[in-house]
Amino acid sequence: MEAFTTHTGRAVPLRRSNVDTDQIIPAVWLKQVSRTGFEKGLFAAWREDPEFVLNRPEYQGASILVAGPDFGTGSSREHAVWALQQYGFRAVVSARFGDIFRNNATKMGLLPIQLPEDVVEGMQDKIAANPAKEFTIDLEARELRCDEGGVQTFEIDDYTRWRLLEGLDDIGLTLRHSDAIGDYEAKRQPWLPVTA
Amino acid sequence: MGRTLADKVYDAHVVRSAEGEPDVLYIDLHLVHEVTSPQAFDGLRMANRTVRRPDLTIATEDHNVPTTDILAPIADPVSRTQVETLRKNCAEFGVRLHPMGDAGQGIVHVIGPQLGLTQPGMTIVCGDSHTSTHGAFGALAFGIGTSEVEHVLATQTLSQRKPKMMAVTVNGELPYGVTAKDLILAIIARIGTGGGQGHIIEYRGEAIRSLSMEGRMTVCNMSIEAGARAGMIAPDETTFAYLEGRPHAPSGADWEAAKEYWRSLRTDDDAVFDKEVVIDASELTPFVTWGTNPGQGAPLAASVPEPSSFADPTHRAAAERALEYMGLTAGTPLRDVTVDTVFVGSCTNGRIEDLRAAAEVIKGRKVADGVRMLIVPGSMKVKAQAEEEGLNEVFTAAGAEWREAGCSMCLGMNPDQLKPGERSASTSNRNFEGRQGKGGRTHLVSPAVAAATAVTGRLTAPADL
Repeated sequence: MEAFTTHTGRAVPLRRSNVDTDQIIPAVWLKQVSRTGFEKGLFAAWREDPEFVLNRPEYQGASILVAGPDFGTGSSREHAVWALQQYGFRAVVSARFGDIFRNNATKMGLLPIQLPEDVVEGMQDKIAANPAKEFTIDLEARELRCDEGGVQTFEIDDYTRWRLLEGLDDIGLTLRHSDAIGDYEAKRQPWLPVTA
Repeated sequence: MGRTLADKVYDAHVVRSAEGEPDVLYIDLHLVHEVTSPQAFDGLRMANRTVRRPDLTIATEDHNVPTTDILAPIADPVSRTQVETLRKNCAEFGVRLHPMGDAGQGIVHVIGPQLGLTQPGMTIVCGDSHTSTHGAFGALAFGIGTSEVEHVLATQTLSQRKPKMMAVTVNGELPYGVTAKDLILAIIARIGTGGGQGHIIEYRGEAIRSLSMEGRMTVCNMSIEAGARAGMIAPDETTFAYLEGRPHAPSGADWEAAKEYWRSLRTDDDAVFDKEVVIDASELTPFVTWGTNPGQGAPLAASVPEPSSFADPTHRAAAERALEYMGLTAGTPLRDVTVDTVFVGSCTNGRIEDLRAAAEVIKGRKVADGVRMLIVPGSMKVKAQAEEEGLNEVFTAAGAEWREAGCSMCLGMNPDQLKPGERSASTSNRNFEGRQGKGGRTHLVSPAVAAATAVTGRLTAPADL
């Protein structure tokens, strides 16, 4: 996983609620068996509209997506996270995230930043007024800072923050407990089914 | 303090817990399909890892599979490659697979319960959000992403924090003609698509206890549409009766021992939920969605809402956008909304009882002119059972298309899709923009409403016929 420490970049306001993972990446894109090339499918249906916010010249190169509440609801497709990252996003700000999306994001190093809805709307207004505005995300300090001053702190648990700061993989961490897993397996109920 | 059903199942699977760290949670059953697994198997290969417990893993082909001509190679080369990749991966890593054409093939969430692999008290995961279906048995079952699929393949565990607990208590009796699907659509409309976020929902109360296992699966299936991590229902005699004698269910002395343990899987009287919602079943009527998220639903007898009727500006904006996408005018009675496609199937409503419910309504009637009705059984076993009961003949005599098993038009990864502007009444789980095909418009309904709608070409309850 790519480590996340600090990031400075411009942001793009996506003023829609319930941006489900089918919108982030439509199902037709899920047929790929590789892990790359998903940026082309990001918001594929919406991007056909030239007025869609990601198509506007002032937002090209933005790396922080500031979206309405309930971002990433629906399907468990991690392809949604891959598509956002491969397009160039490092963080998504929303008032609420779908649980599976949030989990997938933190596994891949895309930072989900949850802030109150009025704060998110305030950010969207500021960005719309000045798309060149830069924000800095400081994960160590749990801060989202605006270039003209203004600091917003966000919550993230210590463990996830540490994993993101270090860019650590869960599998390697869990495999350190292989013995405990073996001990657990020895005590499982005898009637539990096997597929073999 | 007492513990909830979910607490009990969760606690029994903690391999390791340490202050400030997520728990290592053991997974009893890992279901795999072709869409969310290829990159996970690749990850194993790159790291020289193996599947720790292929004997607790089972795979099926469901999302991409065509529902006609299943013995021919898949025409879409990208879909074909994905299915072939699953076959290669299962062969290489020793995972049991039910491929297209196999009598055991079907939607991943239909075959688990059908085989008796889904049992009370288990932890079950799959790279698929509708894994919550299996919670109907009192299992803790939830969807994961591909990184976590790889994690489970490698370690048979997940790194987890215990979610919060939410109770949805449904008192009273569902009126005649009101089904599990109407109930869950009404619950989602009530609590919203984010209402269950961070929680496991336990469905309780008289109306839940009265549901069949298939109805319970429909309810738990759509927990994710209410934003919940999982949905659960405590096991009872209905559960045991469904399980007994299934291929992978315990037998003999094991069966008795298992039942004794399963009976302990109920929420203690003094347990406390973080959130609680109470619903009166007797007030419910057939329910349909009018918008583009599953929370945008209303009783079939109601009209398309005025966006201005939503106090919350975010909901108002979402409703305006939804009506535009759906091509609907506020104030139109939902019964006047015409459809050109009816889809009966999916992991929500593709089981035998769902097909029986649809067949009962359409028997002796005809699908309206200009309407296409697709019946897609959830598994080949469901298909065989339906054919044994003659349901296929009921459907084809009415003018519906009788198909092979798969996810089909629920998400249109195979050729079963809506064309731009087409409108469906669908027994599936998501009415998102473009979900059933780019530009397609979806109304979520129960199998009975789907069948009645096919007859009239307008959103219709069986009682209206």
